[in-house]
Amino acid sequence: MFGPLTVKPLESKGDKTGSWRTQVRPYYLHKDCIACKMCLLICPEGCVSGKEKNAFSVDYTFCKGCGVCADICPKKDIVMKPEEGEQK
Amino acid sequence: MKEFVEGSHAIAQIVQTCQPGVISAYPITPQTHIVEDLAQMVSSGELKSQFVNVESEHSAASVVLGGSAAGVRVYTATSSQGLFYMQEVVFNIAGMRLPVVMTCANRAISAPINIWNDQQDSISLRDAGWIQIYAEDNQEAVDFHLLAYRLAEDKRVMLPVMVCMDGFILTHGMETVDIPEQEKVNKFLPAYKPLYKLDPAEPISMGLLADPDYYMETRFAIQETMKESIGYLSEISAEFKAVFGRDYKDMLVEEYQTKDAEKVIVAMGSVCGTIKEAVDEQRAKGKKVGLLRIISFRPFPYARIYEALKHVPRIAVLDKAVSLGAYAPIAVEMKAAFYGKKNSPKVISSFVAGLGGRDITLESVEEIFRRLTAKEVNSDFIDLKPELLKEEYGK
Repeated sequence: MFGPLTVKPLESKGDKTGSWRTQVRPYYLHKDCIACKMCLLICPEGCVSGKEKNAFSVDYTFCKGCGVCADICPKKDIVMKPEEGEQK
Repeated sequence: MKEFVEGSHAIAQIVQTCQPGVISAYPITPQTHIVEDLAQMVSSGELKSQFVNVESEHSAASVVLGGSAAGVRVYTATSSQGLFYMQEVVFNIAGMRLPVVMTCANRAISAPINIWNDQQDSISLRDAGWIQIYAEDNQEAVDFHLLAYRLAEDKRVMLPVMVCMDGFILTHGMETVDIPEQEKVNKFLPAYKPLYKLDPAEPISMGLLADPDYYMETRFAIQETMKESIGYLSEISAEFKAVFGRDYKDMLVEEYQTKDAEKVIVAMGSVCGTIKEAVDEQRAKGKKVGLLRIISFRPFPYARIYEALKHVPRIAVLDKAVSLGAYAPIAVEMKAAFYGKKNSPKVISSFVAGLGGRDITLESVEEIFRRLTAKEVNSDFIDLKPELLKEEYGK
């Protein structure tokens, strides 16, 4: 008998890691964005998408609120804000 | 072909015929001769394999884990502290269902440091998810490696197997051993085809995070497979007999003079050779005694043991390991095997002997039979030297 053993690429999307987020979530201000993609590349969940300036967004189903996107943003165009009472 | 050969050398020869693609090990007494021989074979070209030299046992186990995950047959061997250093990876190998075969040259555990034989090392890793089989002599140790690969790589099993052989007593003992020919091995043990493998063309991840939604099922599956393996062992043993002629029956236990016995010793490993001789001597004097040798410690054959011993009035369990602060490891299993059953022995006494290489002699075995009375004892140490013991610290 076997339990779950292997995972193919993208299969881990089944894990809704957004439910781990408890305190803060990233907000994209869409003011000074230069589309450097650093936030997209560094996100450990790969849940940032976007191509054009001031058009990047986060999929909160998977965002754990770790804040590395806000930390790496060279333009300080991402800020971490407390969750507004909603329990995700 | 029959050869008069050192145990370790015989193991290296049989591993050679199994043709593992990756071998990794770190030398530790008394395992060293096995991997030394294999390294020599790879270096001289007799064995086409990748022998990975590493800086520790943790790395050796990790290398064979990786090799097995990449889809090749692998081999490693260790002992004592080395096995403990591997522990983390040992559990990982089982959890990832990789059919690694390892030889454990059984040796005592520090401190105090002791290179001699007992079975504390492998027994301490009994919960790791590895199948553990214990050899009595070097012929068995050799044959069990073939059985181990067949069982581990069986698509219904896919669990690692630890072949345990008593350090020095077997690894450094010279015996006549019939080492199976390559053609016969090929017939019995086909080339390994993995269920899954790491392959850039078809990427998968193995052994990664399983949250509370997934983890329990992986453990349950191993538990079920362990139970099923009790049947597969006898199946594979029958196939082994058909090819090589040697019969290990169900590969779970060996019954020696147990049918009408009034006193039976239960033991594991090379000490059973001595016990058989003691049994013969006692039988010659008309005493109805016997031996039940456990071959498979994991999975533990509870039902088989119950059937074998349910009519024996007194049982002595001989452990070459301890669970400090509790009953000895085999004794625990034996008591569990009979608990709540209709027929069961009146006495299941537990004895500890041979720790750290102290000889278990014919006299030691006779002493066990003598102490196996109507009064049940637990973890009764045999051949202790009371003159070495003190009541106060530092005196």
